[in-house]
Amino acid sequence: MHIPDGFIDAKTAIAAAALSAAGVGLALRQARRHMPRKNVPLMGLAAAFIFAAQMLNFPVGAGTSGHLIGAVLASVLLGPAAAVIVMTAVLSVQCLLFADGGVSALGANIFNMAVMGSIGGYGIYAAVHRFCGGARGRLLAAAFASWCSTVLASICCAGELACSGTVPWGAGFPAMAGVHMVIGLGEALITAMVIAAVDRSGFQTRENDQAVPAGHYGEILTFGPLIALGLALFVSPFASPWPDGLEKVAAMLGFEHKAAAQPVLASPFADYRIPGVTSAPAATAFAGAVGTVVVFLLSLLLARTLSPVSAERRPAAQG
Amino acid sequence: MVLHDLVDHYRRDDSPIHRLPTGLKFTAALAVVAIAIAVPLPEGWFWLGLLTAFLMTAAGVSRLPPSFLARRLLLLEPFVIGAAVLALFRPHGLSVFMSLLARSTLCLLAMILLSATTPFASLLGTIRKIGVPEILVSVLALMYRYLFVMIDEADRMRKARSSRTFKAGRARSWESSAGVIGQLFVRSAGRAERVCGAMRARGWR
Repeated sequence: MHIPDGFIDAKTAIAAAALSAAGVGLALRQARRHMPRKNVPLMGLAAAFIFAAQMLNFPVGAGTSGHLIGAVLASVLLGPAAAVIVMTAVLSVQCLLFADGGVSALGANIFNMAVMGSIGGYGIYAAVHRFCGGARGRLLAAAFASWCSTVLASICCAGELACSGTVPWGAGFPAMAGVHMVIGLGEALITAMVIAAVDRSGFQTRENDQAVPAGHYGEILTFGPLIALGLALFVSPFASPWPDGLEKVAAMLGFEHKAAAQPVLASPFADYRIPGVTSAPAATAFAGAVGTVVVFLLSLLLARTLSPVSAERRPAAQG
Repeated sequence: MVLHDLVDHYRRDDSPIHRLPTGLKFTAALAVVAIAIAVPLPEGWFWLGLLTAFLMTAAGVSRLPPSFLARRLLLLEPFVIGAAVLALFRPHGLSVFMSLLARSTLCLLAMILLSATTPFASLLGTIRKIGVPEILVSVLALMYRYLFVMIDEADRMRKARSSRTFKAGRARSWESSAGVIGQLFVRSAGRAERVCGAMRARGWR
């Protein structure tokens, strides 16, 4: 999802850079105020960790493999503000050292993956974890939030590309969101498995089992206006042709069934990428809604398999 | 690992380009990127040609092996093409596609040249000078210091695992990779603790 140079025009690049600068500034201010000083080395090491973790391949099949993105993983392990800083460092090094992701698009990439990915993802994680407590609820929340964060970031990315006039929304949104709804499944699985592994090792993360402490809501809420502004700038201009009127919903329902039934097997965007099909974004939005519910249920299943509770029971049952 | 070779091999070589002040190189690279993006096409092809000539000259003077530059470029080009393909689905898609490709490749070349001829530490110095907050610069510096350590550690753990298993199924290999990542995090947190102690002992507060 790293946007290269040349895909973002000047006005979008400046707007995104301003937004991400504000976001990173906020995160840094919170880090300065609320974090012990020893978190600076921890954030540096965590950034190196995320980078190294991104290089481990997970075989998907047919010769392809996926890898972790890590925004939600970082925010669950370190807290949302630290995660923004860590992801910003990762993206900056990728850009400056490896030329992966453009300099002019660095602001956009930071907004999508560091600010939106970590804060948006953590917001969802916190909300879900509030209602489903315990170790199992934590894994469920982390898996679901990783999927949402991946999709959210890709939608922002599509919006920025459309704002720049590079890739039209009608093609970019279904393609980006569709692909990342599949990639997000991998991200959710990896994130939950890693958090389960970290929990198993007995390591104390920032807030292990108890429901989210009150301080974290403050941390997320300060970012709220920023995220809202970003969505308003990059995504909402294109949102107008979304569901309005019954006929459109009906058309969309008819169009939808095939794609929603098998989102994992084939890339669902394949049949959407037709220029001029105005309902494609609407269809994707609907698929997204259905997909979200499906993914939530899948996360529930995943959490049940991975949760330490069942892991503890198993040896007892066997012995 | 391949990565070390790709990244750090030529940073400390000597050439007129290597010796230029980092701030100047940084500004020049940013200027190239800005021009490459802002120039309107098709009238601007002349400018893009000029930039290409400029970068080619710089590459020649820097004495970086052309095969290295080509390898780095080819490694990143798939991402550019993958994103540019989406632009084909619009009127005049082909010309948009071509211009995206040209612009991005130019910017890539500029950034690769910058990163291959400048030690990361001096790049960090420049970043600090232009006012990037201290904490972020520290995090970046620490990240760079331990990046290769961590990658090697991950690689060692992967090797250790694969030397103990014959042929893991997909589910098993996911589980073991996730285990490696989890373990890597626990180790990195432990290392952070020790690094912090060492930094404090040397007067960092």
